[in-house]
Amino acid sequence: MADPRPHPSTGEPVLEVRDLCVDYRSAAGAVRAVDRVSFTIKAGEVLGLAGESGSGKSTIAQAIIRILQPPAAISAGSIHLGGQDVLAMDEPALRAVRWREVALVMQSAINALNPVLTVGDQITDAIRAHRPIGKRGARDRAAALLDKVGVGAARLGSYPHQLSGGMRQRVAIAMALALDPSLLVLDEPTTALDVIVQREILDELAELRREHGFAILFISHDLGLLFELCDRIAVLYAGAIVEEASAQALWGAPRHPYTRALLRSVPPLTGPRRPPIAVGGTPPDLRALPSGCAFHPRCEHATASCRTTAPPRRDDLLGHITACHLP
Amino acid sequence: MRFLLRRLALYLIAAWAALTLDFLIPRLAPGDAAQALIARSQGQLEPEALEALRVTLGESDAPIHSQYLAFLGRTLTGDLGTSAAYYPAPVSTVIATGLVWTLVLAGAAVVISFVVGSLLGALAAWRRGGWLDAVLPPVLALVGAFPYFWLAMLLLYGLGHHLGWFPLRHAYGDAIAPGWSASFLASVVRHAILPATTIVVATLGGWMLTMRNSMIAVLREDHVALALAKGLPPRQVMLRYAARTALLPSLASFGMALGFVLSGALLTEIVFSYPGLGLLLLQAVRNQDFPLMQGLFLTITLAVLAANLLVDLASAWLDPRVRDGARRSR
Amino acid sequence: MTLLRSRAAATGLALLSLFALLALIGPWIAGDPSAFVGAPHQPPSSAHWLGTSGQGQDVLAQTVAGARVTLVVGFVVGVAVVALAAAIALTAAYAGGWIDDALALVINVFLLLPGLPLAVVLAAYLPPGPLTIALVLVITGWAWHARVLRAQAAAVREKEYVQAAIVGGEHPLRIVAVEMLPNLLPVLASSFIGATTYAIAAQVGLEFLGLGDPGRVTWGTNLYWAANDAALMTGSWWLFVPTGACIALVGFALVLVNMGVDELADPRLAAHGRGAGVCVATVVRRPRG
Repeated sequence: MADPRPHPSTGEPVLEVRDLCVDYRSAAGAVRAVDRVSFTIKAGEVLGLAGESGSGKSTIAQAIIRILQPPAAISAGSIHLGGQDVLAMDEPALRAVRWREVALVMQSAINALNPVLTVGDQITDAIRAHRPIGKRGARDRAAALLDKVGVGAARLGSYPHQLSGGMRQRVAIAMALALDPSLLVLDEPTTALDVIVQREILDELAELRREHGFAILFISHDLGLLFELCDRIAVLYAGAIVEEASAQALWGAPRHPYTRALLRSVPPLTGPRRPPIAVGGTPPDLRALPSGCAFHPRCEHATASCRTTAPPRRDDLLGHITACHLP
Repeated sequence: MRFLLRRLALYLIAAWAALTLDFLIPRLAPGDAAQALIARSQGQLEPEALEALRVTLGESDAPIHSQYLAFLGRTLTGDLGTSAAYYPAPVSTVIATGLVWTLVLAGAAVVISFVVGSLLGALAAWRRGGWLDAVLPPVLALVGAFPYFWLAMLLLYGLGHHLGWFPLRHAYGDAIAPGWSASFLASVVRHAILPATTIVVATLGGWMLTMRNSMIAVLREDHVALALAKGLPPRQVMLRYAARTALLPSLASFGMALGFVLSGALLTEIVFSYPGLGLLLLQAVRNQDFPLMQGLFLTITLAVLAANLLVDLASAWLDPRVRDGARRSR
Repeated sequence: MTLLRSRAAATGLALLSLFALLALIGPWIAGDPSAFVGAPHQPPSSAHWLGTSGQGQDVLAQTVAGARVTLVVGFVVGVAVVALAAAIALTAAYAGGWIDDALALVINVFLLLPGLPLAVVLAAYLPPGPLTIALVLVITGWAWHARVLRAQAAAVREKEYVQAAIVGGEHPLRIVAVEMLPNLLPVLASSFIGATTYAIAAQVGLEFLGLGDPGRVTWGTNLYWAANDAALMTGSWWLFVPTGACIALVGFALVLVNMGVDELADPRLAAHGRGAGVCVATVVRRPRG
């Protein structure tokens, strides 16, 4: 079905996030979950967002389409989707943009799919909320989508609990593609699945992307996975981006100590055997961040200035950005 | 399907328990309440009727297990004995007339209360912090703390006696002949308003609170966030996605509370002299009419079991996980 | 007590203390409820603050005197119901297996049997009075709380410290009393309040029907006599409004205390204020300056 709205041509930014800050208000004060995060995703590009749990990855994903619930609030920065200012939109405008420009696939489909509605209904709801199309037409499109992801049109009337984990995730992907969005945000889409199913789904995803040309924001704690799929990768720590570069540059020449530590913890599949070295220390408590650079307690190269001043953001103009005091 | 069969088995066991209790209580009770009734009735009843009464009350010389079988046989064929207060009418006839009125009144009131209460609860959870959440629950909790029949007395006195807006007793006007005429139906509705309002007002708070708490839990779940992310209109998210999921535990509570609600409804009927089972219960107590009391116990139990079955059917329809036995609703 | 931190609970407890005081010393102040003090059906006046009953007795004295029996029976039944329910629930949860299944079936069957008709049949065969009513209420009221407690107890039984105690060979009674019971205190408190609320309401209901002892002065029999003396037809509102209001206030106080207990157990229920609920679009809150 042809979509009247054209995709941005390759090279134009689909998503531009600048200095985004998200705070969680509590009785004890405000906690900064996302600290001046900036990144850009161009049409057709795949950007990976890597980080430990609690680093703010999901918060960013939900902030993009503003579905964060109180006590979270966006306290600074800007988000532009296809050129439109998301933070300035009112509710109707926001609703129009959701799912059409950017669609979300969440981690655990059994939680993300409504348990009392059929899979077909959930897809047609999304379609009919945005397009003036009848029930029959929407069902046909939903059936086609299910076929495309390998679930099969016969499953239109199935309920989520009747499907396996892999099938449910495929349904989530089919649902995300319903309106042909220009950006797909995948929040740990395969973490809850076993390795074989994971591989299948990622392959299908790559195929779908070749066919439709959407950009992807891929969020995961699994760096190995990100290296495989992404054009660029941003590394998140304590709510801030500590390094961002093309996948090759990050793999070959990581600059930030945290990135290097993460890479050391991934065992290599080729070359001489080397034992993985875990990142020392514990993830930071966002309510009581260390002074200066948030990573300094766990960094083996920490200097005096690391302990006192926040690290500058350095861009080597070849697309490799690092937030670190060290040269 | 499996789920429904399991529930049906439970109800059959409960029905059997009720029958057995009905059988045992007169025979186990200390004191001579039964004797007193028999003594009183000796002057009024014919020998066969007296003998039947003695059998109902357990004053028989036959061995206990044959009494039990005879009792089961009688009851399952609909013979609940003869009423002492409405002699010579059989208990089943006396109860039948009352049953219809109670089902009409209590049935309608309970359904209205649950539907309206659940809607309010869903709204209150959705717009948490608004006046709906802050003012209404405490007010309804206060009203719900009144005994139903006292609330009934207040309404009857205030709106009926004092202001004269509504009729004071019975199910329809004394001058109107029963039938399917419009005037009869209108009269029935007019007479039902005060008692129904009592039941609704007394129970509304409970349903609202249950649904509100259930909704609050559901609203935290991922599928609601995803529904918003899909750009669905807020009302659709609230009703089709959130409320429908939250309704199931609320419905389960509804089923369990039916017995209590019905008890309150019966007492309300008494205040309004509504010709339902409540009034019959009062007469039975006043006249020490044990056969009628026991018959009412059985009838009301069966009604509650049937209502529970309906609730189970609704649960299965509402939540496909229950249908497939993938999730226990109770 | 941490419970007092909840405004709801504090209000409720204050109200309850007031009524307890009334029940304790009221009759000495208000006078003899069964004495004939004047013409029947007199509206409230300076001589009789709440008027006279259909038999010419002082309504204020009756209202105050009725508190004693009603509250005492309510409290005792509340304790008895929770004790019985807890005993059955803990046995079921601890034993597991077929014992659990059998007890669960008993609980479910009792839950389904409607309370009022069963209570009527039981009470009719027994001599009238508060003792009968108390017994009947315990029989009809225990199942609800047993169900709730069994579910909670089953969850507690799965906790590691309980499992460890079982494996360690501790005596079952000791495990139940020392390991499981303390964790069930909030539920037990909530159940007790619920049971007492039910006891008072059901007691009044049975007495209203005429199953109480009409000679005794209780809130329930007050209402029974009010109906018998055609209070509504004669417009004698003072015959039923004061007693009913007392019952309602006590019920309300119990509900408030229960809300406080609930809030303690699940603090999220207490959180109010703007910002809670569902936000269709994340708030953008930029600091000024």
